[in-house]
Amino acid sequence: MTETVMRTDGAAIGRADRRKEDARLLTGRTNWTDNIQLPGTLYMSCLRSSMAHAKILSIDATAALELDGVVHVFTGKDFPELAGSTCVWPVTDDIKMSTFPAICLDEVKYAGDVVAIVLANDKYVAVDALDLIDVDYEHLDAVVDMEEALKPGSPLVHSEMGTNECYVARMPCGDYEAAKAKADLVVRRRFINQRLIPNTMEPRAVVAAPMGMSDEITIWSATQIPHVLRVLLALLTGIPENNIRVVAPDVGGGFGAKLQINREEVLALVLAKKIGKPIKWTETRSEHMVATHHGRDQIQDIELAVTQDGQILGMKVDLLADMGAYLQIITPGTPLLGMFMYSGIYKMEALDFTCTGVYTTKTPTDAYRGAGRPEATYAIERIVDEAAAELGIEPLEFRKRNWIKHEEFPYTQIAGLTYDTGNYEAATARALELFGYDELRAEQTARRASGDTVQLGIGISTFTEMCGLAPSRTLGALKYVAGGWEHCTIRALPTGKIELVTGTSPHGQGHETAWSQIASDIIGVPVEDIEVVHGDTGRAPYGMDTYGSRSLAVGGQAIKMAGERLVEKARLIAAHQLEASPDDIEFSAGTYSVKGDPEKSTTIQAVAFEAFTAHNLPDGMEPTLSGESTVDPMDFSYPHGTHLAAMEVDTETGMVKLRKYVAVDDCGIQINPMIVEGQVHGGLAQGIAQAMFEGALYDNDGNLLTGSMGDYLLPSAADLPSFITDRTVTPSTTHPLGTKGIGEAGAIASTPAIINGVVDAIRHLGVTDVFMPASPQNVWRAIQTAKNGGAA
Amino acid sequence: MIPAEFDYVKAGSVDEAVAALVAGGEDSKVLGGGQSLLPVLRLRLNSPSVLVDVSGIDELRQVTDEGSSILVGAGVTTHEVMHHALVTAHVPLLSQAAGLVADPAIRHLGTFGGSCTHADPSGDMPSVAAALDAEFVVAGPGGRRTVAASDFFVDFFTTAVGLDEVLVAVRLPKMDGWGSHYEKFHRTAQAWAIVGVAAAVKVEGGAITGAKVALTNMGPTPVRATSVEAALVGGPATVEAIAGASGSAADGTSPTTDTHADAEFRQHLARVLTARAVTKAAGL
Ligand SMILES: Cc1cc2nc3c(=O)[nH]c(=O)nc-3n(C[C@H](O)[C@H](O)[C@H](O)COP(=O)(O)OP(=O)(O)OC[C@H]3O[C@@H](n4cnc5c(N)ncnc54)[C@H](O)[C@@H]3O)c2cc1C
Repeated sequence: MTETVMRTDGAAIGRADRRKEDARLLTGRTNWTDNIQLPGTLYMSCLRSSMAHAKILSIDATAALELDGVVHVFTGKDFPELAGSTCVWPVTDDIKMSTFPAICLDEVKYAGDVVAIVLANDKYVAVDALDLIDVDYEHLDAVVDMEEALKPGSPLVHSEMGTNECYVARMPCGDYEAAKAKADLVVRRRFINQRLIPNTMEPRAVVAAPMGMSDEITIWSATQIPHVLRVLLALLTGIPENNIRVVAPDVGGGFGAKLQINREEVLALVLAKKIGKPIKWTETRSEHMVATHHGRDQIQDIELAVTQDGQILGMKVDLLADMGAYLQIITPGTPLLGMFMYSGIYKMEALDFTCTGVYTTKTPTDAYRGAGRPEATYAIERIVDEAAAELGIEPLEFRKRNWIKHEEFPYTQIAGLTYDTGNYEAATARALELFGYDELRAEQTARRASGDTVQLGIGISTFTEMCGLAPSRTLGALKYVAGGWEHCTIRALPTGKIELVTGTSPHGQGHETAWSQIASDIIGVPVEDIEVVHGDTGRAPYGMDTYGSRSLAVGGQAIKMAGERLVEKARLIAAHQLEASPDDIEFSAGTYSVKGDPEKSTTIQAVAFEAFTAHNLPDGMEPTLSGESTVDPMDFSYPHGTHLAAMEVDTETGMVKLRKYVAVDDCGIQINPMIVEGQVHGGLAQGIAQAMFEGALYDNDGNLLTGSMGDYLLPSAADLPSFITDRTVTPSTTHPLGTKGIGEAGAIASTPAIINGVVDAIRHLGVTDVFMPASPQNVWRAIQTAKNGGAA
Repeated sequence: MIPAEFDYVKAGSVDEAVAALVAGGEDSKVLGGGQSLLPVLRLRLNSPSVLVDVSGIDELRQVTDEGSSILVGAGVTTHEVMHHALVTAHVPLLSQAAGLVADPAIRHLGTFGGSCTHADPSGDMPSVAAALDAEFVVAGPGGRRTVAASDFFVDFFTTAVGLDEVLVAVRLPKMDGWGSHYEKFHRTAQAWAIVGVAAAVKVEGGAITGAKVALTNMGPTPVRATSVEAALVGGPATVEAIAGASGSAADGTSPTTDTHADAEFRQHLARVLTARAVTKAAGL
């Protein structure tokens, strides 16, 4: 549902072009990593610990080695020094950093940890061999619950640390105690942002192969981060960076789960080098559930200090964040990515933020779609509903009294971020109209009055988020050990075709189409003549890859700059050939013409050929035609929106049904509204899934109970209504294209909208919170507890 | 997700299948639509050495009108059960429940007989068969025998079908003149039942004169809610009376606790859902 199509100068930006990449992706005609077949390949399989915490006393691989087709079995003793992953974000000076072994040497720390690996000539044999390896374990106590983990006397995940506390990060903004002293009411809630398991269509996979003609080893990986991975692989393995080429072929989804350096990648690379043969590993879904990093998992103690007339004075945030057993790429930083966003769209005097990272004997956590911002948004959007309810103020009215008004932008919020633009009033007005808010409120009243078994609730989420991580200096100040820039090279080839080399690494987002649209407008070449090259450190050497809704927000700027540089160089050549001054040359839709003499003209394609032959270039000009740019963003960008959910709750069974969902997003200028729509839909499904369906559960011994999709519920299209979506357009002023970011917005906004709706439906029964996912049992229990007079 | 090695035999007849099972010994297993067995093999929860594929046996694919009953071949797919004219006309409870099994892809491969023999406590087909007092025709080296539903379901994933036997068909009484409803409680469209209730009632002159109620996932096997049936029969066909009778639905059940629901919640659901299923079956 896109009514307003925004255009800048050209014609391609703002057009809902069909995605160029879809034919090959949808028909399966592409090569995923697992499709790559190299002669002589050895297949790798991993023996994973069935225990959460144990000492490895001995490993006997004799029987496995006797199996026909098994070539090697390696244990931790073969690679005692090799790390399998690393953390690039030591968030505090005194953080306790774990070492993540490629293969465990003498202790396993979560169910799924790797104790041995097999290489075989055949992938079936590689798996058969795992059953033949005998590991003698000595049980150690598991550490499952974060609060228990912090108690003195708790078993330790890393005994040498003497504690399970990984770090404590604080960010006091303003004077919270003073704000609280002035408050008429302090609303307190404990929210549980449960552990989630990111699930991509394509599981992880890796192929590493020595290329023979040089010392280069190519590693194909289903990764979001080929460039970052190359650097980290070099650092961990000692193989020189210039001998490693990383290729992310078409990748079937990431959601943060492939923003990682994994032990399987490290091992494949090291073994390919050591043995001199291609090594291949493809994850099974069961392995994925235990071995690919998990997301969320926070206990959030939230306080909101308010006045009687509904003004927010301050907020206190006290988080426990589950790291799992080891720190991976940005494990400790993930909860802190939300640190600045706890005040959401609201004005307040103080925000007191504390986060304690805790080690447990569970799968490591890390970024998952939204990474930190969904948690922050959940906390603020849930607590404002609770405050409104306690004050007896309509939840939307409460929000209006506190949000930043459109005329107040740019606005520096309490955590110090400057929101460049926004219009919460406009997005909300549009959402209310599409939703039929007043009618649904009337129905809610009627159902309450009649005591209907099925009660109706309305969930609101007026959210904002930060995209486009980030100015490199800001990242440096946050102790993040990389920059936030992005690169683009646009080459005009002699035949007039364009090669656009981007440092972003799409895995479903449609960059090939959107990047072509941007470049098409800037350099005046049809979209179909532009080929986007990505995800290969050999062909696209510079890049910071794709995560955090950064690709358009940062990468888009680089495309614009590179395109403009190409156009400027071509202008000089055109002027020379047309015998006019460059100042007199006009450029429009791919044609250079002399002002006042439009007959005298040439095309950018013709100029590209001239640049190639170099027969007649201006004096001193270098041949070839390209433009290149590496852009460090000025600032984050702040998409926002208003989401509304109508929730039906069966009060007898606890069954929750999402009846209607309206999402009005403001992501600034839209390059391709259809792609925006796709990102919104996918994001909504994931955020709604957290609220209603998904949740990783462990038993007290640290075994994952939700290790299959029978237990870990993912919704399909059949479980979700047709979303009603629209956009308002408030262009960003810190980004030259006016764009913001849309990759995570749906996932960030929708979770609190759903739970607010569920609670709203049964608040009259005394319920003030429902644990996620809002499963029938959780909802029914909340109602029973409230009925029995307990706090729900 | 890679099964261990096995031999594969495609049987052309029931006799061939039985012979192959006998030859294969203890480690052989019948393969129907594979929708439950293949996941079991891929997860390496079981590794039989021989699979005897019965999906090509003609006799297993027939649906026959026997006068007062319908004989549904064990190899008839869930999709066919859902749509077959004889089933929809005479045993609508079965076709309606079949439509709630898994998703279309699985329903096109999975078979009625496979569902019954797999005997998953959360399977929908077994409780329908139990509610309707179905009979199971089983063939083995010694010939054929008929097993009553009450004897067929033995335990979790265990039936009266022996290791060297094949389920040939299931006989279901025609339910003409009865109302029926299968109430399935599950969180996502393709998920298994947390609890299910299969109900059939006969209403004459405003009174309930016959009632058959079986519960899914309330114990290791389908559970006949006999006390509910007894309370219903002879009573009025009213919402209140049905609700009252359903109060005992959980009596004597022993449901499991899993990630979706604990035993207490399942027992609560059994009562609520039984009332709903019977009310709908009675057309109220
Ligand atoms: C994702 C998923 C969701 C599902 N959801 C549901 C659901 O909601 N409700 C539900 O009821 N089912 C569900 N199922 C199960 C599905 O209906 C299966 O098809 C069914 O349980 C087994 O039928 P099958 O023909 O595939 O049997 P198979 O998988 O081939 O065999 C299952 C068992 O039955 C035995 N067997 C099969 N046929 C015969 C025979 N003729 N004689 C003797 N033994 C035989 C096999 O040896 C094996 O032990 C689901 C399955 C999946 C994969």
